[in-house]
Amino acid sequence: MKYWKQILRKVFPLAFWLLVWAVCARMVGKELLLAPPSSVLRRFSFVGEASFWHTVGMSLWRTALAYGIGVALACLLAVLCSLWGWLDDLVRPALAVIRATPVASFIILALVWLSAANVPILAGVLMVLPVVYASAREGIDGTDRNLLEMARMFGWSQWKTWRRVVVPSALPSVLAACEACVGLCLKAAIAAEVIGTPKNAIGTRLYSAKIYLETDALMAWTLVVILLSIGIEKLLRLLIRRLLKGRLTHVHHA
Amino acid sequence: MSITLEHVGKSFGDKTVLSDISLTLPDGGSVCFFGPSGCGKTTLLRLICGLEKADGGTIAVPKGTRFSVHFQEDRLLPWHTVAENLALTMPAGEVGGWLRAIGLPDIGNQYPDELSGGMRRRVSLARALGHDSDVLVLDEPLRELDAAMAETMLELIRARKGNRLLLLVTHDRLQAEALGCEIVDMQMEA
Repeated sequence: MKYWKQILRKVFPLAFWLLVWAVCARMVGKELLLAPPSSVLRRFSFVGEASFWHTVGMSLWRTALAYGIGVALACLLAVLCSLWGWLDDLVRPALAVIRATPVASFIILALVWLSAANVPILAGVLMVLPVVYASAREGIDGTDRNLLEMARMFGWSQWKTWRRVVVPSALPSVLAACEACVGLCLKAAIAAEVIGTPKNAIGTRLYSAKIYLETDALMAWTLVVILLSIGIEKLLRLLIRRLLKGRLTHVHHA
Repeated sequence: MSITLEHVGKSFGDKTVLSDISLTLPDGGSVCFFGPSGCGKTTLLRLICGLEKADGGTIAVPKGTRFSVHFQEDRLLPWHTVAENLALTMPAGEVGGWLRAIGLPDIGNQYPDELSGGMRRRVSLARALGHDSDVLVLDEPLRELDAAMAETMLELIRARKGNRLLLLVTHDRLQAEALGCEIVDMQMEA
């Protein structure tokens, strides 16, 4: 009984919003303005085509590259800036500018310098960098002074202190930021694809659908992005839990 | 070479905690700082360890002096098991022996937050005693332990002190005497 209740609690909201969508589409009466669920579902036949998987694969590859570079760069900068105050003074305003500037401005500007295929990577990096950097700095700066004193008194090297004290202290906030911004990274990369229209990209397919007034295709590709975003977030969360096993609990208790 | 303090003073804001302290701490000896709460015992230990800077006077600690410290708090790394915590300050092969010595042979795989306060203090004490050092600093090491356990730990400290200089802070004069400490009586600053 409980099992059925759980399933019902998941299925009911989905069915409700599908119904709202279908009713709205019928009321509007023009597929060009709002395609009904049935038309969008028909469009999903593209999952059987090799080009679909190629397109999705390339967009995911660009996102993964952007995400990896963004996280690595943010962590490296956070470590270096916490060690050297002058670098912190230098980096802080630059990151504030990145954070405040609309990603579309960067995309348009970057199209002047880079190929359309590389702009989504830059857009993703710029989305991830300030978020992960801020969390990493917060984690590093928030390291328990008592533990740092302990490490110093036992004569630990700076490397050992970082590895055993600072990194584990900062890890929960860094991982939380990594989880939070993976979806943002995907969306920024796809936005850049829409503007730059590189070959084999979800964003380019979205743009084409808009140009050819294929609202059902536009909505189908949007659904693909939503599903990918949810899937990636869930996968990342699972990976992080696996990576830390039971230790995360003890880190949070600290 | 001994550690010497000359006319050392320390204040926190308007509050003077230590003033004009001059001491010579003999190499390999045992010294207990004794006095009421708030008289600056822990501050004095922190000054000697270099964790605080004195406002005045000089503290001469021979270059290369290695400390091992048991702080008032356990200060164990919460993301490491007990065995891992100990192995960070002593050879891994000695961890089991130290756990047996503190009467907790089966807790090696447990995390600090799974232990009671008293158990954590014993682990912290083992960490300090097991670390190869020249100066052993113990700040209220037997707090939160029952009388029988305190007696066992006192015996352990006595047995494992070696040739190190022992600097002890305690509220129990008997403990200091049991360890053969030279007692430095400290008073509250006016």
